[in-house]
Amino acid sequence: MGSRIASHSPLPTPHSLLTMADKLNLEVITPEKLALREQVDEVVVPGLGGELGILPDHTPLISQLKTGVLSYRQGGENKRMHVSGGFVEVASDRVSVLSDVAEKPEEIDVERAQRALDRAERRLASRGDDIDFNRAELKLQRAMIRIQLGGRG
Amino acid sequence: MPNLQDLRRRVRAVKNMRQITKAMKMVAAARLRRAQERVTAARPYTQKMMQILGDAARRAPEYKDPLLTGHQQNLGEGENRREHVILALVTADKGLCGGFNTNLIKAAQEFLKTNTGSDVELVLIGRKGYDFFRRRPVKIRREHVGITGTGRVNASDAAMIARGLIEDFKSEGNRIDRVYLLYNEFKSALSQRPVVEQLLPVGHIEETGNAQPETLVDYIYEQPASEIFSELLPKLVENQVYHALLESVASELGSRMTAMDSASKNAGEVIDKLTLVMNRVRQAKITREIIEVVSGAEAL
Repeated sequence: MGSRIASHSPLPTPHSLLTMADKLNLEVITPEKLALREQVDEVVVPGLGGELGILPDHTPLISQLKTGVLSYRQGGENKRMHVSGGFVEVASDRVSVLSDVAEKPEEIDVERAQRALDRAERRLASRGDDIDFNRAELKLQRAMIRIQLGGRG
Repeated sequence: MPNLQDLRRRVRAVKNMRQITKAMKMVAAARLRRAQERVTAARPYTQKMMQILGDAARRAPEYKDPLLTGHQQNLGEGENRREHVILALVTADKGLCGGFNTNLIKAAQEFLKTNTGSDVELVLIGRKGYDFFRRRPVKIRREHVGITGTGRVNASDAAMIARGLIEDFKSEGNRIDRVYLLYNEFKSALSQRPVVEQLLPVGHIEETGNAQPETLVDYIYEQPASEIFSELLPKLVENQVYHALLESVASELGSRMTAMDSASKNAGEVIDKLTLVMNRVRQAKITREIIEVVSGAEAL
């Protein structure tokens, strides 16, 4: 197949372009910064319609995300990250996650999350007309995920 | 002839001032570097978002959203209708940054002058703009003070402001026709320029990024493209506001750095001049005393 390209050519041969990639390039981007860029073996993202597992050579895909835990496997190691809202784009072994929030477990302030959880629960319990129900609910979810993830260290 | 004591005191005072302006310059320079890094760090998000947005726009060309195209029913009403416009003005919370705030306020007044045909309401971000306009006969819708004070901006603050503007645009029976953003664009540490940007309606989505036809990918959409689109549009506005705030902060710091640099230089000049006068006065005094002694001796 690659006969037209001289063997000393530095360009990748068509053959090498066709081989199956065995790694995914995972990028997690927030409005403020590039939060993560890693080569990984597998990613699971919290899609709006349920968890989405992504392995190398996945079909191109775009999906919305909900608040939850993004996890990825690097060799035998599993790592997790808190993400909230946004999108995932999968294209040619590149997984790009756009999210408002992206925190590693060690970056999470569990005490703060606990306070936020209490606050959000009180708000939801008060059932006042003046509260933004969706926002309070979102805050509650975020706090719960943070505690769950941060508590494990 | 000025008094020697007073001159000494003035030189000391100006030296103190120079110390302060020098320190402010250093602080501004350090913060400016960080502010620029933040502008760079925010770029991947914008690029990726524009790419996804461009693709979704291509997928759902028939998708209509007032955020994108404006309020259709207002367009039909023709010439008689007065347009309602919101101008969001981004100024600094602090002064001592040269012509930074003055230029912005001038640009805002210019905007008001050229748009006398429509009702303009202001959303003021930053204390300086608020302090100026609250005593003047303009309609202020809202003010956000203390967001850029520390020289760093949170994306969540920007998102909060943007959501407020979107809310304004969508509510009140679609009264608001357009939302503009006026801020200082960061060109370099030495030059900043006030720019007016139309924030809403968004208008045409440019397919930026690496959208060459051959790299277009046929994505599976987990949700309908129109849904992704409507989810992304507010994020685009949030991102635009965040970007404007970042640029504004960088400009403010750049402007303060230049202003404080020239202030330090001026202080140096004043010190030199005063020292010269001081030495002359001292010399004159000594000469006079010698003359007095000599003439006193002669008189004997």
